[in-house]
Amino acid sequence: MAISFEKAFGIHPQGLQVRAKRAEIIASNIANADTPGYKARGMDFKAALAQASSKQQTGMTRTNEKHFDVRMELNNGVGFRVPDQADTGDGNSVDVQVERNLYLENSMEYQASLQFLNGRIKGLRKAITGGQ
Amino acid sequence: MSLFNVFSISGTGMSAQSVRLNTTASNIANADSVSSSVDKTYRARHPVFAAEMQKAAAGQNESVGVQVLGIVESNKPLNVEYAPDHPMADGEGYIYKPNVNVIEEMTNMISASRSYQTNVQLAESAKNMLNKTLTLGQR
Repeated sequence: MAISFEKAFGIHPQGLQVRAKRAEIIASNIANADTPGYKARGMDFKAALAQASSKQQTGMTRTNEKHFDVRMELNNGVGFRVPDQADTGDGNSVDVQVERNLYLENSMEYQASLQFLNGRIKGLRKAITGGQ
Repeated sequence: MSLFNVFSISGTGMSAQSVRLNTTASNIANADSVSSSVDKTYRARHPVFAAEMQKAAAGQNESVGVQVLGIVESNKPLNVEYAPDHPMADGEGYIYKPNVNVIEEMTNMISASRSYQTNVQLAESAKNMLNKTLTLGQR
């Protein structure tokens, strides 16, 4: 029986990808916390992960470098957040406290995924070297 | 790799907030500058922030940094004082003081410095995440 790395790693590689993207979106929210008119964005994690693991991509193949790059990633489950409180007066809907906690949570979950991957890699290594 | 973008995004946030801190420092430093005419009086300056939408419009990504569009001078009325003994007084005995509200500037300063710190912490924890990723699978 061959060792399947794909099977051993499971959902975690895609999970890491989506979490990295999520970190970027939250960072963008926090950087724009004082920008008038900026609307906070969020990610539907379930949709994003489903998309990442099925590797959906639509678009046309470029056969010449003069062709337009119409390759279009699906929107990765990114949408605008529904603000908890009414408009603060400048049209900005970022709640810095909420975003900070989400960022922290996201980063912990990212590291949890890494931990799992590390465990799987250790297991594979043990299987390959026969526990040497 | 989108984690690297966190650095550039929080970098734009840090530079925008430091511009804000700079204008605040300038406003507070000049809060008591006196002049003898309306034109020459210092006016409170404030930066205008905007999201870097041209990048988003190019369809590159959903996350955008922040940019400083420019710095505007406040058009609140100046503080005019009647002080004929003052060496800077004009012909009618008036001196002109800036329209800086020091209390407003202080709270502005605290807000800017907190936002700056938050951006630094974002970059820091993105760095930790990347570091962990780089050592993935090592003994």
